[in-house]
Amino acid sequence: MNLKLTRKLKEVIASRLMLLITALSSMLIFVMILGLFLKARLILATQSLPELLLSTSWHPLRGEFGFYPFILGTIWVTVLAMFFSIPSCLLTSIYLTEYASAKIRAFIKPLIDLLAGIPSVVYGLWGILVVVPLVKDHIAPLFGYPTSGYCLLTGGFVLAIMVFPVLISVSEEVFRAVPHEVREISLALGATRWQTVKHAQMVPRIKGIIAAIVLGFSRAFGETMAVMMVVGNVAQVPSSVFQPAYPLPALIANNYGEMMSIPLYDAALLLAALLLLLIVLVFSVGARIVLLRIERRVV
Amino acid sequence: MEKFKPHISVEKLNVFYGKHHVLKDITVKIPEKQITVIIGPSGCGKTTLLKSFNRLIDLVEGISVSGDVRVDGMDIYNGKIDVTNIRKKIGMLAQKPYPLPMSIYDNVAYGPRIHGILKRKELDRIVERYLKVAGLWDEVKDRLKSPASRLSAGQQQRLCLARTLAVEPEIILGDEPTSALDPVSAKRIEQEFIELKKDYTIVIVTHILRQAKRLADHVIFLYMGEVIEAGPAREIFEDPKEARTRAYIGGEIS
Ligand SMILES: Nc1ncnc2c1ncn2[C@@H]1O[C@H](COP(=O)(O)OP(=O)(O)OP(=O)(O)O)[C@@H](O)[C@H]1O
Ligand SMILES: [Mg+2]
Repeated sequence: MNLKLTRKLKEVIASRLMLLITALSSMLIFVMILGLFLKARLILATQSLPELLLSTSWHPLRGEFGFYPFILGTIWVTVLAMFFSIPSCLLTSIYLTEYASAKIRAFIKPLIDLLAGIPSVVYGLWGILVVVPLVKDHIAPLFGYPTSGYCLLTGGFVLAIMVFPVLISVSEEVFRAVPHEVREISLALGATRWQTVKHAQMVPRIKGIIAAIVLGFSRAFGETMAVMMVVGNVAQVPSSVFQPAYPLPALIANNYGEMMSIPLYDAALLLAALLLLLIVLVFSVGARIVLLRIERRVV
Repeated sequence: MEKFKPHISVEKLNVFYGKHHVLKDITVKIPEKQITVIIGPSGCGKTTLLKSFNRLIDLVEGISVSGDVRVDGMDIYNGKIDVTNIRKKIGMLAQKPYPLPMSIYDNVAYGPRIHGILKRKELDRIVERYLKVAGLWDEVKDRLKSPASRLSAGQQQRLCLARTLAVEPEIILGDEPTSALDPVSAKRIEQEFIELKKDYTIVIVTHILRQAKRLADHVIFLYMGEVIEAGPAREIFEDPKEARTRAYIGGEIS
């Protein structure tokens, strides 16, 4: 009797506790948004939001805080990184799941996982030592653009390499989740392996693939260190991929804690953080909507 | 030995999974436009033998195959041969009905599309034709666009049959194709096979002896990776030469 009671009590406490923790952690995002908003309010009181978002003039000393170059810088770096990484990651994970033998897989997988463990700074150094000169001396001249090498293209490329491991392992999981039967049926009907991947595995799995991409890039948006080291950090609207840019995370990391005596500077940086958070949110909500659409169409 | 025209002829086929010797010196002939039934206890290599006919065992990692499998006299393990052509010619029906994750229509159209038929009209015609052959058309003609996964297991297996037939194979392999079905659906599939043998060479694996007796024109008895006996159904069931065949048919080994 007594035992039964304690058992029941434990059950109740455990389930309540778990509920509480889950609720707290899911509230965290709102708490963060609210906190950032409260701090950023000061600057929002001096200028309207559209003004702040669309102005290109960033002169903190003069009290001008135009976020447009930073927003654009963030988006461009990420788009470039997507452009580089999505096709190659999909092909890699298809190769690993569908084509590679167990031996090759056992050799390559740990190498890719190793990439995930390399600190951001190291990627940044590698970017400076290898990618910057490569872009400056070999790639840009191909297009006839003079550049220092510290530019959007370099930033996007380094970022692409950094999201590689996550993107590959998540999309590999997506492909691996395709039941063996699907592959067998398709091949038994005389399909080639590529046809099988394309028609029987990729299309029904498009949801998972998009989810993998969202996951990879929610991280990429905020990736700071390596990108900051190679992207040039000039507050201007880039007009080509060979020009420097200044993504939001770099702005925050470079400046927070310094020059805080400038009025409103601190509020401006917190607004930058809020913007970054909102961009990521919009991105993942947008992806979710796309997923819902697809789901309705396929199933 | 009865004389017949073999559609598939297997000579000294040996299959290893790693070091595990699964098929041992298999030599058999599969007669054209008849139903051949492969019987034998669990684990004796029936599925492996069946999958070696369309080279689906190639998918297994660490497999090694030696010997000859000839389809229409052509050695299918010859390196120069295009596997997809062989597989197009030899349809396969799995043990568990497994619709591809798409609509009923797309399931049947999958094969033809793969092989380059893209015109809507032509696909419509193929889909209708083979759903009719598989005896499913009347039940699904109003919901071709709905997901195949919503069909009952029996309907799904007939859909799989239609999907297999839609690439116009000459040979149909069935690996215990009724084992996941209720008795009524199973009977229907059996009926389909009997009708199909006019036009197709059929090879079925089963461990249900009564089903084997109902369907078989020709029987192969496999035991621990070896062919113990093969021949016309009547001979095998009524007058088996080998003691082990007799024991299996008598229900003593299973
Ligand atoms: N992928 C595989 N890897 C290693 N061994 C395997 C594999 N598939 C089958 N085997 C082994 O090969 C032997 C024959 O298997 P197979 O599936 O051909 O038998 P079966 O006659 O179809 O059996 P069942 O009646 O149970 O379906 C078995 O001993 C099995 O354990
Ligand atoms: Mg089997």
